[in-house]
Amino acid sequence: MSSFWSIWISVISLGTILGCFLLLRWCLKNKTGVKEGDDMHHDFDGIVEINNPLPRWWTIMFYVTIVWGVIYLALYPGLGNFQGLLGWESSNQDIRSLEASREAHAQDLANGNLNEYSRSIAAAEERFGPIFEAYAKRDIEELARDPEALKVGQRLFLQNCSQCHGSDARGQRGFPNLTDHDWLYGGSPAEIKQTLMEGRRGAMPAWKDSLGEQGVKEVVAYALSLSGRKVDPDLAEAGQSRFAVCAACHGQDGQGNYAFGAPNLTDNIWLYGGSEQAVMETVLEGRNGVMPAWKDILGEEKVHLVTAYVYSLSLGKDE
Amino acid sequence: MRNVHDLIERNTGLMVVLILIVISFGALVEITPLMFQRQTTEPVEGLKPYTALQLEGRDIYIREGCVGCHSQMIRPFRSETERYGHYSVAGETVWEHPFLWGSKRTGPDLARVGGRYSDDWHRVHLMDPRAVVPESNMPAFPWLAENTLDGELTAKKMEVFRDFGVPYTDEDIAGAREAVKGKTEMEALIAYLQSLGTALK
Repeated sequence: MSSFWSIWISVISLGTILGCFLLLRWCLKNKTGVKEGDDMHHDFDGIVEINNPLPRWWTIMFYVTIVWGVIYLALYPGLGNFQGLLGWESSNQDIRSLEASREAHAQDLANGNLNEYSRSIAAAEERFGPIFEAYAKRDIEELARDPEALKVGQRLFLQNCSQCHGSDARGQRGFPNLTDHDWLYGGSPAEIKQTLMEGRRGAMPAWKDSLGEQGVKEVVAYALSLSGRKVDPDLAEAGQSRFAVCAACHGQDGQGNYAFGAPNLTDNIWLYGGSEQAVMETVLEGRNGVMPAWKDILGEEKVHLVTAYVYSLSLGKDE
Repeated sequence: MRNVHDLIERNTGLMVVLILIVISFGALVEITPLMFQRQTTEPVEGLKPYTALQLEGRDIYIREGCVGCHSQMIRPFRSETERYGHYSVAGETVWEHPFLWGSKRTGPDLARVGGRYSDDWHRVHLMDPRAVVPESNMPAFPWLAENTLDGELTAKKMEVFRDFGVPYTDEDIAGAREAVKGKTEMEALIAYLQSLGTALK
């Protein structure tokens, strides 16, 4: 803040307090020429005004607020650039980017000059930091069998992941079930962690223009037949000959490909619904499922624990 | 005897003037300096003006009264930043007219909701919040998927914002109508939500 505005604020603030004080003193004097308690010769509808002084309790309270205001402005920042005798600050408000914020926080830590927010972060870091650090050093396979670690992972999951995947992690239409062995991008600890850290972008193209309604009908029949569903054999056969374009992502045998997040079409698990109509819609219009990246929101240490939790959900279950 | 007190009490016009002078001291100290501070007038790095579609989405956010239940202001407390991300700073809202900071959180803060969920999630959630968050008490907004925008006033809105100092180019304004025409209100609102807080993320 420039010194002009600093002075502006200080002068008006202190001037106002002084003004209040003088106004109070002035009002306490009897300038009416009528003795206190006497009739002011001002009546209306039989109601008479008496010259009563300001109540004492009220006057004292007014003085207290003035004293309080002065003490507050001496201790806390309020007068322009004056930081206050306590040197208190809420947070780094003058930052322009996340990097600047991190730098400012690191600098505060180095100087030992912590503002209110940095102090709470530093205190939490001191208390919880070693716990997360210890977990981060351990293998996900191992954490997935540690009930204490899973408790933390589950809480993080409930707060951050359940909005899409459900509180039981079984997902719903459009949001994958995490408790089975059907993975879009791979179910190894490293693959799950990668999914969580960087996010994923599914890209099923729309085929209505290139295959046409009939063509889509055929490939859908074939795709459904891969899961052992009852379909019109003629349609399926025609679909099989068209399946080459699908195989580019879903594989020749339709078993999917983790590299593209292309689902396995042979397990009768359907992210967007398994009715013929729903699968038709998927192929006609395409799908673009998005998993957000959590690296910046949760940080790697917490992602590590969520990974362990997610990985644990399908552990020991039959493939 | 007539005294000053008596004069003010019997003269409402004078009393109004004097009251205005008294309360203006607060504004002079609290508001005026903020209009000249770098912190409150300069955008943060990476702040982008709303696109035409996002701007229309913002108007729908205002129309549907989202601000009544959702704040857009993450306070500098760890309990908030753990959940929502970095606390809000003034430089993020220098182009907001009016501010949608809100003051009531029946639902969560939305200051950094951009990128947090997928577009698909928002679509499902706005059609029926209970479909994705069973304990939610948010109303459904299914008509957003039916109403389409004609973009008639979009360019005009952007011009008004440019007068406020938002750096829209002539091309932005010229293409505004085309950019929103035929889009549903749902698409616009989701575009707006996905932009929130992304400048400092």
